[in-house]
Amino acid sequence: MCQDCGCGDPEIVPVVVHERLLSGNDRVARHNREHFAAHDVLAINLMGSPGSGKTAILEATARALASRHRLGAVSGDLATDRDAQRLRAAGIPAATITTGSACHLDAEMVHRALHDFALDSLDIFVIENVGNLVCPAIYDLGQTLNVVALSVTEGEDKPLKYPVMFRNAQAVLLTKIDLLPHLGGVSLQMFNDALARVMPEPRTFPVSALTGEGMDRWLEWLEASRPRV
Amino acid sequence: MHEYSIVSALLERVSAEARAHNATSVYRLTLRIGDGAGVEPDLLSKAYEHFRAGTICARAELCIEPVAERWVCPVCGRTLARGAVLSCEGCGMPARLMSGDEIILERIEMEVP
Repeated sequence: MCQDCGCGDPEIVPVVVHERLLSGNDRVARHNREHFAAHDVLAINLMGSPGSGKTAILEATARALASRHRLGAVSGDLATDRDAQRLRAAGIPAATITTGSACHLDAEMVHRALHDFALDSLDIFVIENVGNLVCPAIYDLGQTLNVVALSVTEGEDKPLKYPVMFRNAQAVLLTKIDLLPHLGGVSLQMFNDALARVMPEPRTFPVSALTGEGMDRWLEWLEASRPRV
Repeated sequence: MHEYSIVSALLERVSAEARAHNATSVYRLTLRIGDGAGVEPDLLSKAYEHFRAGTICARAELCIEPVAERWVCPVCGRTLARGAVLSCEGCGMPARLMSGDEIILERIEMEVP
């Protein structure tokens, strides 16, 4: 009640919150991260546009690492189970998180999906996010590393147009480099220049899932990023 | 359109705070949103208009304070120009983001009987 004049109006009380709006998501993400760490699992949040080659790189990665490491994956997909089917065909346990109309995965969706996996029997767990260069960028999922797949056919200006996605990434896979000769003047250098303006420490892996070019450097980095047991 | 899910997190957080203070309604909300946060203030306001109906925020004004994106060299302290390569011209160190990625609920003003 207003104490000044006795008018009976309610009092306006200011409450300083000063908290991240996504603190609820951050809490669940922390829980996921502890879960991955407790099982010595390297968790990758793989993001990128629809059609950037996320699933193709994952298939190639799974095949190349099959003899050395145990991989698992979840795929965020608006409506289908196709990506997870492809990954299972490539020999890795995979499930789909069907998001309906949601444009990104959040930590709670990943947390629910983790109950379907025996993390003890995995070394690397990949969360293939919904194809989108905007929305997934701001949601922590509890991953160890963020990786963005950017196909050379998308154009070298994409990092400048979608800076948040790239700024928060530890590595960028420049995919489909076998198509570079057909792109009339587009070069890897142009991608590197753009990335240097949105990432303070850009790390890129030019790769082709089709020819296998560049995959060795990517796999080496992935293996070196595994937790030391 | 992740702005919708941000608004739903906002309304949840504000409702909990209002309950804790026995507020009858919320008068004003203040957010701080960085230029480089990946959140569009206009879309956020539109999503808020849409979702606040029927909630304790039905009559609450939404104020969004923008925060400029600022990259600084961690060694010599110089501020980098907008759009520049994110390493220091002087000492070559990778720049550090000092501000501009905020998505913060700063303040709630509520009516308490």
